[in-house]
Order: sequence, then structure tokens, then C-alpha cells
Amino acid sequence: MPAVSMTVNGKTVSGDVEARTLLVQFLRENLRMTGTRVGCDTAQCGACCVLIDGDSVKSCSVLALQAEGAEITTIEGLADGELHPMQDAFREHHALQCGFCTPGMVISAIDLVTRNPDPSEDQIREWLEGNLCRCTGYHNIVKAIQAAAQAMGG
Amino acid sequence: MSETGIGASVRRTEDNRFLQGRGNFTDDINRPGQAYAYFVRSPHAHARIRGIDAAAAQACKGVVAILTGQDLEADGVGGVPCGFAPDGGPIKEPPYPALAKDRVRFVGDRVAAVIAETREAAKDAAEAMSIDYEALGAVVTLADAPKEGAPQLHDDAPGNLCFEWEIGDKDATEQAFAAAHKVVALDLVNSRLIPNAIEPRAALGEFDPGTGNYTLHTTSQNPHVVRLLMGAFVLQIPEHKLRVVSPDVGGGFGSKIPHYAEEVVVTWAAKKVGRPVKWAAERSESFLADTHGRDHVSRAELALDANGIFLALRVKTTANLGAYLSTFAPLIPTYLYGTLLGGAYRTPAIHCQVRAVFTNTAPLDALRGAGRPEATYLLERLVDVAAAETGIDRVELRRRNFIPSDAFPYQTPVALQYDSGNYASTLDKALALADAAGAEARKASAEKAGKLRGVGYSTYVECCSLAPSNIAGAIGARAGLYEAAEVRVHPTGSVTVFTGSHSHGQGHETTFAQVVAERLGVAFENVEVVHGDTDRVPFGMGTYGSRSLAVGGSAVAKAIDKIIDKGKNIAAHTLEAAEADIAFADGTFSVAGTDKELTIGEIALSAYVPHNYPLETLEPGLDESAFYDPVNFTFPFGCHICEVEIDPETGTVDIVGYTAVDDVGRIVNPMIVEGQVQGGIVHGVGQALYENCVYDPSTGQLITGSFNDYCLPRAQNLPAIQTGTQETLCPHNPLGAKGCGEAGTIASTAAVMNAVVDALAPLGIRHIEMPATPEKVWRAIRDARAA
Repeated sequence: MPAVSMTVNGKTVSGDVEARTLLVQFLRENLRMTGTRVGCDTAQCGACCVLIDGDSVKSCSVLALQAEGAEITTIEGLADGELHPMQDAFREHHALQCGFCTPGMVISAIDLVTRNPDPSEDQIREWLEGNLCRCTGYHNIVKAIQAAAQAMGG
Repeated sequence: MSETGIGASVRRTEDNRFLQGRGNFTDDINRPGQAYAYFVRSPHAHARIRGIDAAAAQACKGVVAILTGQDLEADGVGGVPCGFAPDGGPIKEPPYPALAKDRVRFVGDRVAAVIAETREAAKDAAEAMSIDYEALGAVVTLADAPKEGAPQLHDDAPGNLCFEWEIGDKDATEQAFAAAHKVVALDLVNSRLIPNAIEPRAALGEFDPGTGNYTLHTTSQNPHVVRLLMGAFVLQIPEHKLRVVSPDVGGGFGSKIPHYAEEVVVTWAAKKVGRPVKWAAERSESFLADTHGRDHVSRAELALDANGIFLALRVKTTANLGAYLSTFAPLIPTYLYGTLLGGAYRTPAIHCQVRAVFTNTAPLDALRGAGRPEATYLLERLVDVAAAETGIDRVELRRRNFIPSDAFPYQTPVALQYDSGNYASTLDKALALADAAGAEARKASAEKAGKLRGVGYSTYVECCSLAPSNIAGAIGARAGLYEAAEVRVHPTGSVTVFTGSHSHGQGHETTFAQVVAERLGVAFENVEVVHGDTDRVPFGMGTYGSRSLAVGGSAVAKAIDKIIDKGKNIAAHTLEAAEADIAFADGTFSVAGTDKELTIGEIALSAYVPHNYPLETLEPGLDESAFYDPVNFTFPFGCHICEVEIDPETGTVDIVGYTAVDDVGRIVNPMIVEGQVQGGIVHGVGQALYENCVYDPSTGQLITGSFNDYCLPRAQNLPAIQTGTQETLCPHNPLGAKGCGEAGTIASTAAVMNAVVDALAPLGIRHIEMPATPEKVWRAIRDARAA
């Protein structure tokens, strides 16, 4: 089996994987980092979003081998003693219920605010096209992202 | 009000772990040596299994075992049972085998389980399975199911009929119709939906040969119910040898109520192969083999007098049950449906007939609202049609027929006794919040921009707090629907609450702790809420039907009352006073008329380190459990107003305004209630505009088998939602709570569709079926213009 090596949340990790192993499987099954989740099999739901070299990417659509040498940030790597402002805004604005889609939502939202520090409501709703939530109706997710953008200096 | 007590928008305790990826969902759990299960599912809607050749699959790398229906039968493992048989007539309960042996009856029916070292190995081997099917004709639609010559699913259910059921006074209804000034009628379909919680179902079975104990981790809304059904009726494992754990569960919406065959297979297989066995559904499997919801075809008729007063309602519904009876399937189109047809109105005579049929489609069961959205959609659409055909304004017609606020308790003609309500009040509040007075002007300005604009109203009543056990038993439930709780005050005064309710997004760890903090006068931070584990929680009926706070929370309140009583006894002994003289408030026990007092913390410490208790009258410890059985259902109500704009060139429906005013009784955490209402509304909007489960009507193949094909509402489909609340307390449970998890869904589908039809009404369009997709709306506009 081919070997793969990458940096996940600042730590160098490596493993032997089948060539078909998806990045999300590598994270969940090899590294036992289960915060990144699988909610579908058609790259629609976004529960598996991670940052690869700063970009939000659906880790179900990337082979582990394609991430060779990459810098990966998962939901587990965001808080640094304190919650990341996006995590904090999600809590403050009740932007999560069951919590299953939340890691992907938070990662995706961080990428949005990195690209667009002051997104409008429409821009946020448009951006979230690739992230499904069945619990919240999105209302509070949009509010949280707006608030986080402000907190992050937008 | 304290910052963390009842009525405060306390930020959720559980968020900390979810936000950091530290949630513990079933598929996040791994056990040493675990193997993985993959289910081989039928590609046919209806077929006879002539043979299963597993040789090639068995030879695949990493295969541990291949298990079939024959293996189950050899081990004496029965089918999955149904938990409800409605009263009043015979019901067909064909066997629902955990793995099909001779015949498959829907695409996705389980035929074999491949157990292997990895998921991929199990999947590879599953592809190498050779199953010889003899395809049989499939019956898919409600229209086809009863037809002469239609394929028959079950030998003992001729005509594919499972049961017929009725409620209400047929004769009185017929007489009222005969004497009516006006009768309006509407044929309508309640579309079929796939629940699609974002966490796919998963199950992990374990068997410990040293103790003989089984453990099942599963994505269930009600782990004790799974333990009861699977232990007692399927695998014959006594309760003390079977632990069922539902850890964090990623949304349920009804689809995680039933006891599923996959749970049986992984538990049984764990012993058989001597290793933990884990299965996690792929989303495609969720589409195929989670229970689906709704799927009714109805004819509804309303009789009115010359003033628009409703005289009688007559409903005939055919409901789809799918291929087999899921756990609560027969309850949904009967007592959770027919009893809600009274709505907010004092219609004196109602008669509803339901025919429930089998088809070669996935089994149906509860989906958010479960029967009540179907009733509300039918009734609220019919009221709008009546308004159009009598020329009476839609709001005025509703108002004229509301049960007046001084008429409670109110006995409906369909079995329920509403305890309280003030329907005009939520209507008025919603009208003001939505600026209904400005709707005409907005419509005119939309018209100038070439858009069709419409407003829709839905004034609903729902029925929660399932269920008074005596009523549940009388109507056919095979268990009572009480709830259990244990409140354990630790020696230093912190508290653990064990609840039989289950949180899969509702925030019990916060809300229930608020109830304890308020009632017991302890710090919110010092209360831990435990749920979802049959080894830790005394008993439980779980979470569905918006019952957690009203029933589960009431059980907690009852256990707290026992703690306080015990505390008084301890205080009386310690302070050398009569128990009757001990008062309790804000966490302190005091002797009336003196300055002698003890805090709950001091009482707790004393309870665990007693030195001089009178042993015959006072036991050590401060730990009480309670079972709460509701005396009646609860009846949340409210008014939702939706405003839409339709582009006649494309048929696209945009929701441009949505206002909801709900009365859900006592609100413990307004932030959480608002979130529940918002989420519920979007679920109903999904049915109205986007979601639709489609099977090929001739082959029974699922056409909408992925998120590419089945349109879940997305953020950009939706507007901001305005919500308001009113708080009329439930008069008969200790918290005054009614329930809020489903109200949004129950109300919103009708509000949206009434708005769509209102926008299209100037073209002469009287009704449109759900979902109101651009294509359907565009075609309706084109046909109306051509006519």
C-alpha cells in the first residue's frame, strides 16, 4: 500500500493507505479524528469539509494520496485554548442543533470570511450551497456567520 | 428570572463538544477488533429469491462471514415487530424479516450481510454476491395498489389492504352535508418525503462471551424502545443482558424512531462472528431504506351554512404503508391524522375514512409531525378553497369558525379534548407582525414588476405530549407512552439527571438542566443531563411527537418534587422541626418562622454521610426516580403567514416573507424554541416547494435516490423567518409545556401552498400539488392561460 504524509492541525502524520482511500477516510479511520463527518456519497452535504492549504474542500472528494504534503485543518484544529470566533458565533447564535453538519459548516464559513471579510446575507446563503443542514433552517447559521465576520475583523 | 433558569436563552452546554468535533456519533465509535457489515440489498421492487450463491464473495479478501435469511432462521431470529395496531378492525401484519429469505418487496430490501475486515472489503465482496432473482410485477402507486389483478405483496393481505379505519360520526356528517347551504370539495395528494437526517443511520453490535452481555450502539431516538423490541421480540435477549446506547444522534425527524433490521443483524452477527460488528449507512442506503413519510391521496369535503359556518367535514384518505409495517406505521395515518382534522375550528361533525395499503416501496413511518402535517395541510387548503368559493375573506372565514377562547376544554368530534387555546390571538399577532395590511400594496407593486404575489395563512392546532397511556392503549398502542427520569443529587450538591427522553438536536442537556436549576435552586453548571443509555437511565420511551419537555421534562419535575420531599424530611430531622414546618425555596430548606435553614448542598451531604438518621423513617441518599404519565395530550397552536412571489416566465416561487406566531406553552429556553420553530418551518417549506420522493410507477425503482435528485432546502432557497410566541400554559402538566419541535412543519406546508395558490388564483388556478416546482408552476400558468 502506498504511503502518504501530510500535516494535520500542525502535526505531521503519515500512513499506508489503499490508493482508493479518501481523505475523509484517512482522517476518520487511520487518524481516528472523527470530527470530520460523512453525510452523503455524492459530494452534496458538506459535512466533510476541511481546509486544505487554507481552502475549504470536501474531503470525500479528495484521495488521501492527493493530499500528500498538504496542510490540513480540521474542526479539531480550530480552537486554541478558546473557541475560534466562528465556533463562538455558532454557539452564541444557536447555529447548530444536532451538531452533525456543524464541523463542515464552520470550516466552510471560515473559508468564506477569509475570502470575503464582510459578506452580505445573500452572499452567505449563496456560499452555503454546498453545505446541508436539516435542523436549523439556516436562519441562525447565516446570523452566526455575519457576526463572526465582524468579530474576525471584517 | 435567573440567567440560567426557566425562561432564559442559556447558550447550549452540548455545543462545546459539537463545535470542536468532539461529538460522539455512532460511526465515530470504534471497538478493538471490529469488523464491518455491508448489506446486500434488492435491486428489484418485487422478486422471488431463487438462490443465493455466496462462494465468490466468500473467497474475497478480508471476508469474515456472509449471513443470509437462512442463517437467521436457523438461529430462530424472528422478524421486526410492529408496535401499533389501530382499534376498530382487523389489521394485516405480515412478517418483516430482518433479511429476506424467499422474496424481496422493495428496492433496498435486505438480502444478505457481508461481514469483513474493512468497509471496502465488505463492499467489494457484496458486489461478488450472486443472487438469482425471479422478478415479479411491482405495485407502486396508491391508485394501483387496490386494483383487481395488481401484484400482491403479502399472501394474507388481499388487495394489498393492510387495514381500514374510520373516526367520527358518519351519520351526523352525512346529515349535515345533506342540509348544507354549500359544499366544497378538494382532491389532494400529500407527497412522499424522505426524512434525510444529515447523519446516516449506523449501528455497532458487540457481544461479550465472558458475561454473555450484548451492547448495541445505534442511531435511535428511543434506545429503550429498541431494547424492548429487539430484546423481547426478535433476539430474545433479556433486558439485563442487553444494553442499547444512542450516543449523539445527528437528527432524527421520525426516521430514527423505528426499530430497524440492521440493528438486529449487527447485534446477532457480533456473537456469531465473535467480534464487534459495525455498519454505517451510505446516503444511498438512507434514501432506499430509511422509513419514508407522508404519501396520502385524499378527497376532502366541507359543508358550510349560508354564513360560512362549517357544518361538517368528510375525508377519505388512502395512505401508503410501503412494503412492510414499520414500528409505528399504522399509528401515523390513523390517530395522529384523523384526530387532527378538527383543527382550530368548531366543525360539529367530522368523519374520516382511511384505507392503508401495501406497495413495493420502502416502509413508511413517522416524519416530523407524523400525520398532523397531513391533516393540517388538507384542512387549511380546504378552508382556502371554501373561502374562494364562498367569497368570504380567508382570514375572516377562519376567524368565524375558530373555537372561541372561552370554550375550553373543548371536545372535538374526533376524540380529542383540547385543553386550552386562543386562536384569534395568535392570528392577530401574526397579522400585525407580517404587516398583512400592506399585502395588497406589495402585490400591486410586484405586479408592476411582472411578478405574481400571494399570501398564505395557516392557523393550526397540533397535538403533542404523546401520550396518556390509557388512551394510547385504548387506541391500539402496544405500550404506554409515559416517560421516566432519575434525579441524583450528589454529596456535594451537584446533580445528574437521567432522562428517558433523547436529544438529537433539541438541546435537552441545556433545557433540562435549566428546569433543575430553577426548581432545585442549584447552579446550572452543576447539573449534568444523561440520556440515551439503557444501562444508565432507568427507563424511557424516547423522543418523538414533540414530547420531551412536556412528558420527559415533567418526569424530571416529578423526581425533583420527590427530592424536595426527601430534603424536607432530612431538614426536619436535622433542624429538629416538624416536617410540615419546613419550607423550600431557591435551594434552601428553612423552618417557618425561624432563621434555621439548610441549603440543598448541606442536605445532600447529610444524606450521604448520615450519622444519626432515624433508620426506620429516613433512608440515607438523595436520589429519586419518577415515571410521569400525562393526563391528556397538549395542544400547541398558532398562525403562520407566508408571502411568495412567482416569476410567471420561469415558474420560480420565491418566499419573500415568512411569519410564525406559535403558542407552545411554557418556554424554558426561548433561543432553543425559536431554533426548533425555524427548523420545523423549513422542513415544511421543503415539502411545499422542493422535496419529492419519486418511484418509477411501473418498476418501483427509486428515481430520487441521492441529494442530486432529491432537493433538500438549501440556505439560498430561504428567507429570514420572523417568529413570535405566545405563552398559554398547558393546564395539566407540572411545567405548563406543550411542545415545539413539530409545530413549524405542521403549519408551514399549508401556509406556503396557500400563498402559491393565492398568487396563481387570478389566472383561475384553484389548486396545485406539491412540490410547487418551477416546472409544475410554469405548466399550471401555461395551461391556465391557454384555457
